[in-house]
Amino acid sequence: MSTAAEVELAPTRPSGLKRALARARGNPTTLAGAIITLLIVAGAVLAPWIAPFDPTEQNIIDRLQSPGGDYLLGTDQFGRDVFSRLLYGARISLVVSLGAIAAAMVTGGTIGMVSGYIGGRFDLITMQVMDVLLSFPSLILGLMVVALLGPELENLVIAIALTAIAPFARIARAPTLVLKERAFIEAGRAMGFSHLRILFAHILPNILSEVLVMGSLWMATAVRVEASLSFIGLGVKPPTATWGGMTRDGFENILDAPWLAVFPGLAILLLVLGLNMIGDGLRDATDPKLRNE
Amino acid sequence: MTPALAIAGLRTEFRIGGAWHPAVSDLSLDLMPNETLALVGESGCGKSVTAMSVMGLIRPPVGRVTGGRILLEGRDIAGLPEAELESVRGDRMAMIFQEPMTALNPVMTVGDQVAESLRIHRGLSRTEALGRARALFEEVKIPSAAARLGEYPHQFSGGMRQRVMIAVALACDPAVLLADEPTTALDVTIQAQVLGLLSDLRARHGMAVLFITHNLGVVAQIADRVAVMYAGQIVEQGPVGAIFARPAHPYTRALFAAIPRLDRPDQALSAIGGRVPPLDAMPDGCRFAPRCPLRRAGCELPQTLEPLSEEHAVRCHVAAHA
Repeated sequence: MSTAAEVELAPTRPSGLKRALARARGNPTTLAGAIITLLIVAGAVLAPWIAPFDPTEQNIIDRLQSPGGDYLLGTDQFGRDVFSRLLYGARISLVVSLGAIAAAMVTGGTIGMVSGYIGGRFDLITMQVMDVLLSFPSLILGLMVVALLGPELENLVIAIALTAIAPFARIARAPTLVLKERAFIEAGRAMGFSHLRILFAHILPNILSEVLVMGSLWMATAVRVEASLSFIGLGVKPPTATWGGMTRDGFENILDAPWLAVFPGLAILLLVLGLNMIGDGLRDATDPKLRNE
Repeated sequence: MTPALAIAGLRTEFRIGGAWHPAVSDLSLDLMPNETLALVGESGCGKSVTAMSVMGLIRPPVGRVTGGRILLEGRDIAGLPEAELESVRGDRMAMIFQEPMTALNPVMTVGDQVAESLRIHRGLSRTEALGRARALFEEVKIPSAAARLGEYPHQFSGGMRQRVMIAVALACDPAVLLADEPTTALDVTIQAQVLGLLSDLRARHGMAVLFITHNLGVVAQIADRVAVMYAGQIVEQGPVGAIFARPAHPYTRALFAAIPRLDRPDQALSAIGGRVPPLDAMPDGCRFAPRCPLRRAGCELPQTLEPLSEEHAVRCHVAAHA
């Protein structure tokens, strides 16, 4: 009997996230993903110090230089250094996706947790609203919001956050439904804890690892959506460097200077790949079905 | 002396198929300070519902308390607004539960769980509360208390977890402790230790303990008085000695007859024939009548608790006038 209770407790043990991280560390895919992502993050953070040129400074004499030589990854049609622009562009990608995912995680997570805890008709209606949100493809929803609000950095964050709220609400609600029936929640009520305290001091820490793992997976989607919006001209406005914008500009000279589209495209690919590899590793590490392998 | 807890005419209803049916009806109890009253009965007879009603944890849409008064140290807490109830729960009255495995938050250290109610009800700082938690751990005899404060529930055995639960419940020195089958999930040696601990603590704090159990052996060990419940009603109430020596209600007698005896190895286990009537099909008269060997004319009328002696009362016209 006690073993049954132990098994039931296992997925929400206190060290869940820590042990998941430990397991993920042993996984070469996750490690590779972490290295790729960390390199890009380092490049973005250190951009002002390591970028060889000003990313927006035009130098018409040196336009369309090929990679190598003075310019590591060549220059674009205005003579701007591609490598420096990539470093600065990483900042936009990371800030927008991190901000959007953090906002979605907080709002969506809270909606899902509260909805699952309250239950009944409230839960039904909230989750149906979430399903409606979920039925829009991320890009279309993002497009609508940016078109309505205008292509500013904050609006991009809002747009992408909106597309990710529903999945976070779902992922937070499911374990809340299970947890609220557990004896320690009733025991907490019997100790005179308010519903707010039960929700944020007792249920939240129990579902946090699942929500965080979900966050790492959705970061990749957010990067992709940001790049797509920039590509179609709804991202942060030029001359600010964005990867999606650079890829689009590169298409104008795809035959003379293919590196202009290829390098930012590769950067997007690498960041999305790295984030996905981390997310997959974390998800596998927290998945009890894969735990015994 | 005012009772620590006085319940009068409690009625708690649940919704079944669109209609409300009482799970507990006309339940009255007085619980004096430094007294243990055992509430005995089989599963589903309304013992836990009684405790949850007292705690104010039965709320619509699930269930509702529709009648009666619940006086905690003389103050009627039935129907208090939620916010006021929250300030009473865990402070003046506390509850311990059956499942020590799941009644603690798995991601919070046990020290913080004991400290939490002190911080809420007493406004202590975390450091002060943890200091008090350490004293409580020593009081419930958890070895190396200081070191174990920072551990998580899964690092504790079942018996130790139940001690943590008791420490949580005792944190604010409540006047009334509701213990809902606190030893059912423990093996017998641990059960004996926990029962001993509870008796000690009750005497030291002068608490009133409402001890819910279906185990008559536990009743004999811990209770001063006994209330036997059947189908949502108290059918017999009295001092533990009188109930064990002269059980009056046919149901109480059947319960005692069902205890297997060590000195009769060949006996067949005796069981009570029939089953408890469902909530939505309660007979108007005696609720035990359909299963009762003494059934006779008059059993179809509603029964009242009638005194047999000064403290011993029974809800059975046959037993009361025997």
